[in-house]
Amino acid sequence: MITSLLIANRGEIACRVIATAQKMGIRTIAVYSDADANARHVQLADEAVHIGPAASSDSYLRGDKIIEAARQTGAEAIHPGYGFLSENEDFADLCQQHNIIFVGPPVASIASMGSKSAAKAIMQEAGVPLVPGYHGSEQDAATLKQKAEEVGFPLLLKAAYGGGGKGMRVVESAAEFDEALASAKREAKSSFGNDKVLFERFIRNPRHVEIQVFCDEHGNAVYLAERDCSVQRRHQKVLEEAPAPALTERTRKAMGEAAVKAAQAIDYVGAGTVEFLYDQSGEFFFMEMNTRLQVEHPVTEMITGQDLVEWQLLVASGQPLPLAQDDIQINGHAFEARIYAEDPDNDFLPCTGTIRHLRTPEAEAGVRIDTGITEGDEISSFYDPMIAKLIVWDVDRERALLKLQRALRQYRLTGLTTNIDFLHRLASHPQFVQMNLTTEFIQQHEQTLLPAQDIDLARITTEAALYDIVSRQRRLDATATPWQQANALRLNEAALHNIELQYQGELHNVRLQQTATGFVTHHDDRTTHWQAWVNDDQLTVVCDGKRYQRYVSADDQELTVFTEQGPVTLHRHKVTDTLVDEAAHGGLVAPMNGTIMEVLVNKGDVVEKDQPLVVMEAMKMEYTIRAGHAGEITDIFYAAGDLVSDGDELLAMSEEE
Amino acid sequence: MAILTSKVNTRDEQFKANEKAMQSVVDDLQQKVAQIKQGGGPKYQERHLSRGKLLPRDRINKLLDAGSPFLEVGQFAAWDCYDDYVPAAGVVAGIGTVEGVECMIIANDATVKGGTYYPLTVKKHLRAQEIAERCHLPCIYLVDSGGANLPRQDEVFPDKEHFGRIFFNQANMSAKGIPQIAVVMGLCTAGGAYVPAMADESVIVKEQGTIFLAGPPLVKAATGEEVSAEELGGADVHTRISGVADHFAHNDEHALALARRSVARLNRPRPTELDRREVKPPRYDSKELYGIVGTDLRKPYDVHEVIARIVDDSDFDEFKANYGNTLVTGFARIHGYPVGIVANNGILFSESAQKGAHFIELCAQRKIPLVFLQNITGFMVGKKYEAEGIAKHGAKMVMAVSCAQVPKFTVLIGGSYGAGNYGMCGRAYDPTMMFMWPNARISVMGGEQAAGVMAQVTKDNLARKGESMSAEQEQQLKQPIIDQYEQQGHPYYASARLWDDGIIDPAQTRDVLGLSIAASLNAPINDSRFGVFRM
Repeated sequence: MITSLLIANRGEIACRVIATAQKMGIRTIAVYSDADANARHVQLADEAVHIGPAASSDSYLRGDKIIEAARQTGAEAIHPGYGFLSENEDFADLCQQHNIIFVGPPVASIASMGSKSAAKAIMQEAGVPLVPGYHGSEQDAATLKQKAEEVGFPLLLKAAYGGGGKGMRVVESAAEFDEALASAKREAKSSFGNDKVLFERFIRNPRHVEIQVFCDEHGNAVYLAERDCSVQRRHQKVLEEAPAPALTERTRKAMGEAAVKAAQAIDYVGAGTVEFLYDQSGEFFFMEMNTRLQVEHPVTEMITGQDLVEWQLLVASGQPLPLAQDDIQINGHAFEARIYAEDPDNDFLPCTGTIRHLRTPEAEAGVRIDTGITEGDEISSFYDPMIAKLIVWDVDRERALLKLQRALRQYRLTGLTTNIDFLHRLASHPQFVQMNLTTEFIQQHEQTLLPAQDIDLARITTEAALYDIVSRQRRLDATATPWQQANALRLNEAALHNIELQYQGELHNVRLQQTATGFVTHHDDRTTHWQAWVNDDQLTVVCDGKRYQRYVSADDQELTVFTEQGPVTLHRHKVTDTLVDEAAHGGLVAPMNGTIMEVLVNKGDVVEKDQPLVVMEAMKMEYTIRAGHAGEITDIFYAAGDLVSDGDELLAMSEEE
Repeated sequence: MAILTSKVNTRDEQFKANEKAMQSVVDDLQQKVAQIKQGGGPKYQERHLSRGKLLPRDRINKLLDAGSPFLEVGQFAAWDCYDDYVPAAGVVAGIGTVEGVECMIIANDATVKGGTYYPLTVKKHLRAQEIAERCHLPCIYLVDSGGANLPRQDEVFPDKEHFGRIFFNQANMSAKGIPQIAVVMGLCTAGGAYVPAMADESVIVKEQGTIFLAGPPLVKAATGEEVSAEELGGADVHTRISGVADHFAHNDEHALALARRSVARLNRPRPTELDRREVKPPRYDSKELYGIVGTDLRKPYDVHEVIARIVDDSDFDEFKANYGNTLVTGFARIHGYPVGIVANNGILFSESAQKGAHFIELCAQRKIPLVFLQNITGFMVGKKYEAEGIAKHGAKMVMAVSCAQVPKFTVLIGGSYGAGNYGMCGRAYDPTMMFMWPNARISVMGGEQAAGVMAQVTKDNLARKGESMSAEQEQQLKQPIIDQYEQQGHPYYASARLWDDGIIDPAQTRDVLGLSIAASLNAPINDSRFGVFRM
């Protein structure tokens, strides 16, 4: 059995692997870049080795440094996680050369699945169903066109060495083929250095269903059911579930067996995933095989009750698979939502920033959070912007989905833009609830996945103000002086709190009168009584006989209220926000007696704030007069060489707009 | 632990009657305050606002930390004192926290007679400064005033405790390291110009604040020079050319933000710390004070019931409980601060006075702040008492009170008459802060007694002539005296003249005392040295 393991990865997967290894009594060694010196995975591991600067090409992708770290620490095995070096055959080879166990398939298996067209050829040979297509090496236009007609339209044209959707095109008819081919080749050439293309039948509204397979060195191979990963944005999965909804037992078995066949065709060992396109008709076609542990493996773990990392480590130690095919049972339903620092309203572009407030859903059975991030961590542009994976399980899909929705609402994170609210919108979308899944789900439902507009701002600002006041009062310990009570005490009149908040640039004044038992607001002659309690970021409110809870995060800049319609961020009103800089005032006059050296602008020029306007010399020193604000030069009173006196106005500018 | 057990029956008829009576005077108090808060009234407030200026109380609210208490001083100043209506004497003053620092804020109200200084405005300004100096509180002046009220110049300008004293105080506080910050938000003419000029640091608001020794009309009259107020002494002139002010503000809000910034960098070390304990609320509701005390000063009640509703955990460790028990003395805590409480529970006898002197000396020795709960008709009179030397025993207590250097806080919870006022730290004995309940009365003696004395003297004179007075005549003689005493002894009359620092709702007493004690601890507590006690 392996007794020490180096994890050549970071973030949640490193933490995930460390957890299982430690459970098994294996010594764990993390590696880290400059950016991750205090990361969670480094803290969790028994040991950690620094492997270079932040950029992954200088650290997590440096096989040599990782091998060196393993040698230094005497690690017997290396777990590559996913991404980085996990499907790098050279690295697997390097491990072998250094007598370090690579927790993954043999070098040859990785290599054979590395090229999509080569992989398909192997699968065809092994009798695994493929989308009708052409993956041949004859690439002249005439042959390609003829083959295309054999495959039939619509078809999908791809770069043979491509990935991530680059060079992909849907060709609707034979008439469009030539032009599409030419441009796909150009793109493939420039992106991948090879213009070889392949194409296949294009399947409309397919689902992405993948099978988890596992093989050991002793010739055993099993499948652990499937996952539906249809919901994707930018061709990347975002919401996964297991088992795949509305899949017959017969199809499941057929797919599972096909996947095992695929693995065996390449003498596979370890954890692998065979991805299929699943046609609404029930047909399925091999897409590709991932020779590593997948990001979404937890949903399989949740429904099978197995620890796949444990399986990996057992297999890597040369042990047989823990279960035979017949012993693998599916129980209940699981979802995984990937929480990313990205902006759903801006084409899901990654976002960076520091996590200012982070609270995860309440710990309960069937809720699992895999993460490598803690409050205060920075999401940088160096790595994948994934923050966490939220995994839920329940006895059936309906209940698991409710649990997912609830857990997403309880996931409170501020400091940067995330997709949490978008995930909630996805998970509660009627078509998703009704299992109408397709890989085009997000594009197809774009208009019905928009954020809520009808927010009750009066209530939200009041809740934010209540949180602010009560948490300020609650923070007081027994040593607080009466002056720190923050009770807004006034002599012989009501204590009135006035909280000024901005929402999208608009100022909202919340006036709350504090009474012996709570607070009172007056709105359009309506008096409302509030009671409020704060516990960490949880605000409990009683209002109009209703008691409810809200989460609120607060710092000295802003307050975020997590409402039923998603988080609403309010900025604290600061007077300096609305004023020009103090120094901007009165800058267009000579600071002392002197000579004008140069006038840098002309009458009518439009200048920026701080732009140099006039240079003058006085007392053997040069002074530059700058624009205090943006505006137009309306007049110039002096020219180079003129003598000016202290306080003389040098030029005139339009007032600030 | 010596927890007081209340014997009050809150369902008692008397309790309910008392409660109702006290509630009505508290309601009246709150109504008056609501009116005072309106400053010069809607017309002047609107005019003020239309100039882009904030009202003085809003200025204070924006200057203070979010949720900061504001312990107003002299809320009733000048109430019903002049033919003119001068609410709060045209200046709002009080203590609040700015960037966590307890500060004295003095804000002119330009909606009240242009913020000009009436005699009581001067008195209030000086009193606020006195508190600041005593407690080492940084002063923030929000200046918006036309200066001295010219028709009353004889009452505001020449004397020691007149206008000039403001600047004398600024100079001397600055010398003691008590920061002086001025924010010029309006006129600051003539003498008033010295407020920012004498300040350690000053802010001036563009197109609002002006500082000059003589305004444009006076300049024109004197020299013929025609100049606008802004050119003569506006923000630009003073921050760029003259250096009279330090920070240029674009508007009121900005100016207040700059003032906050100034306070944030004051580098105020933490003040004196006492042996403070965890704060525990009293075990009895402070609202019950209404039903216990009522408004009829002739009806006695046990002052322990009052103490139980003011001190932490209703824990009162009584000193000399069985000796001279018409004066209750003992140790307790208010908002965690140790205090020595001296409270009247009847008329003062020789023993009570000696006990009071002993206890005050004890607190001064231990540097424990003193709280006086005053409800005193005076010292016992009569042959026996004079013979046992009640005068010298009373003198001991007055000596102790006069010389004790610990912070002293006096609350008039009932009558404050005669020499009892002295021994119980009346205004003349320099309490750090002094407050009055709305049911309290203050005068040299009770109205009935004064009328009785006058009637007796008259009767004696008549008797010498062999004449006498009918009951009706006697009543005619007495009534005006009773009426006069009632009017002049009333809290509104007293507070209007700044005989105290404010009238407070009995239910707020504990918080007001807690704030006052905490504020006073910004200053060190000096050793006390007493004069000769007559033994």
